[in-house]
Amino acid sequence: MSELAVSREVDRSKMTISDEVAIQIIEMNKWYGTFHVLRDINLTVNRGERIVIAGPSGSGKSTLIRCINRLEEHQAGKIIIDGTELTSDLKNIDKIRSEVGMVFQHFNLFPHLTILENCTLAPIWVRKVPKKEAEETAMHFLEKVKIPEQALKYPGQLSGGQQQRVAIARSLCMRPRIMLFDEPTSALDPEMIKEVLDTMIELAEEGMTMLCVTHEMGFARQVANRVIFMDQGQIVEQNEPEEFFNNPKSDRTKLFLSQILGH
Amino acid sequence: MANVSYVRKTMLPEKAPPVTSSGVLGWIRENLFSTPLNVILTLLSAGFAFYVLASILPWIFQSSWTAGSLGECREVIKATYGPDAHGACWAVIRERYLQLIFGFYPAELYWRPILAFVLALVALAPVLFSGLPRQMMRFSAVAPFLVPWLLWGGTFWVPLMVIAGIAVGVIAYNLLSRTVGSLAGIIAAGVLPVLWWIFVTSPLASGLQSIIPLGIEAIPSRSFGGFLLSITIGLVAITASLPIGIVLALGRQSDLLIVKTLCVGFIEFIRGVPLITLLFVASVLLNYFLPPGTDFDIIVRVMIMVTLFASAYMAEVVRGGLAALPSGQYEAADALGLDYWKSQRLIIMPQALKISIPGIVSTFISVFKDTTLVSIIGLLDPLGLSKAIRADVNWNGIVWELYGFIAFVFFIFCFSMSRYSMYLERKLQTGHR
Repeated sequence: MSELAVSREVDRSKMTISDEVAIQIIEMNKWYGTFHVLRDINLTVNRGERIVIAGPSGSGKSTLIRCINRLEEHQAGKIIIDGTELTSDLKNIDKIRSEVGMVFQHFNLFPHLTILENCTLAPIWVRKVPKKEAEETAMHFLEKVKIPEQALKYPGQLSGGQQQRVAIARSLCMRPRIMLFDEPTSALDPEMIKEVLDTMIELAEEGMTMLCVTHEMGFARQVANRVIFMDQGQIVEQNEPEEFFNNPKSDRTKLFLSQILGH
Repeated sequence: MANVSYVRKTMLPEKAPPVTSSGVLGWIRENLFSTPLNVILTLLSAGFAFYVLASILPWIFQSSWTAGSLGECREVIKATYGPDAHGACWAVIRERYLQLIFGFYPAELYWRPILAFVLALVALAPVLFSGLPRQMMRFSAVAPFLVPWLLWGGTFWVPLMVIAGIAVGVIAYNLLSRTVGSLAGIIAAGVLPVLWWIFVTSPLASGLQSIIPLGIEAIPSRSFGGFLLSITIGLVAITASLPIGIVLALGRQSDLLIVKTLCVGFIEFIRGVPLITLLFVASVLLNYFLPPGTDFDIIVRVMIMVTLFASAYMAEVVRGGLAALPSGQYEAADALGLDYWKSQRLIIMPQALKISIPGIVSTFISVFKDTTLVSIIGLLDPLGLSKAIRADVNWNGIVWELYGFIAFVFFIFCFSMSRYSMYLERKLQTGHR
């Protein structure tokens, strides 16, 4: 794993954490059949926080953030997003999903639509934004992720890094208040990881609330205000990045860090 | 140890490919004569193709177009091409082609099926080709009511009352979904129009007809025959089976137990029964179940059965397309906040249907060809008519010419569908996922 794919100084002036609670997870449990995948998760995320979730594969970190927009259903405990509790009420689910953006490991762009259509689809059909306005917003965010010239191409014609930046722009077009990243750089060639991380850093610099499952420890060190380490469906350790990397407390964390930073 | 250090000074420019792999000669050498085995296979295939064509072509072209009977035909061919010549007697097609196309439809009203066919094509065009103006879709919405009226004739009030039935459904849905609930609205929108069509349409239409006569001469279903019958049944089954199949496929994937069970039960039942059985049910058994005196048109019964049959297969083809979509597409649609119907319509179905195009068109083609089975229950489709023509003393014993002509016409339709599906696949190609 690259120790430091991030090359530039991060501007921390707007990275302020407010007292307002964005996400509150209380005693949350989830099972796949009889397999207890998430155990007694308690987590409070304030607005403006940038949290990196790390851990070995199978530790439940992806499942945790997928529970936050109910791509996975939790069976016990509570998840409250911006004051709305996630239950089986479809109206709440759609409302929360349109406020919480998500970026996937495999991009999941819609291959039958152009880049621009990918970005305008949800604003037009969910937010009922007029087409022209949606296209302007989309171009604004495509410029932000530095690929406005690809707007009329199809996802299949773009490189992995470009596709992932489109995916970020697509989420941003819904003007989300929280962004979830599920291993956004794990499927990318090394040369393309940096362009995606740069986009994510810019987002953090603007004060976006972010939850990020990633193995990019350089990103965690520079951008995160909190690192959460999970193992076997539990939160094992969480701390500020400096403390977390320099002075891990639990043996499991030490082992994990020595393995991913060892060479 | 050798020195492994190497640095490229100049990058290589692009070069043209070698001559042997391009051009006509290159292609022939590459594809036909690349190895001794391929040389032998090429020569054998060429010999076989020559033998087949040498036997068939003289039969097709050393023919007679003008004789009045099979015997006369043979004499004409012997006189023209020598005593050993075997030629086709196309005169039978020349004499009977109108019957093969229109069946027993009154000759002075041939303009009606022709106009109906043209209108059907015009209605289909904007659905098939996205380059055409979208306003044409308005006509496509009216055509399903206009075309059957042109074919069967009768009072114009019937299609109007059928449209009114749809309006009843829409009104019921709007009223009930606001006051009682959306489920009640959906059920009412499904049930009320059917009740309207069964019990209200025909008395109301005849009542209105007696007040304001408005109509054209009615043609009974037994006059329908030939390709008119095949195309009518085929077109209805094809256009209706795709939407029904999509709904069944979605129902089969549904989380709602009752919906899922009903869909699975329907699909498995229909697929487990041969089409001929369903056709016999339509022609014989249904009469026992319907109240006595009900005049339920035989062609409509057959259309319903063929449509149901095709829908079950269509559902499985569409399900294949749904299963081929990566789950990430569903997740991305969900994560953006699209509800079930919007994500199906905008994300899932466009991709699933695109994947299923070859299977969908195969089903279309096989349904169209299966319409010839209706000759078994006594309807005079082209195959049924060919038997009737052979019963004529002049054409007793003529087989190949009739079947050849029917096969040729079917081939034109099926081949067009196949080419269209390839065009559509190319058009929808947007690079690999």
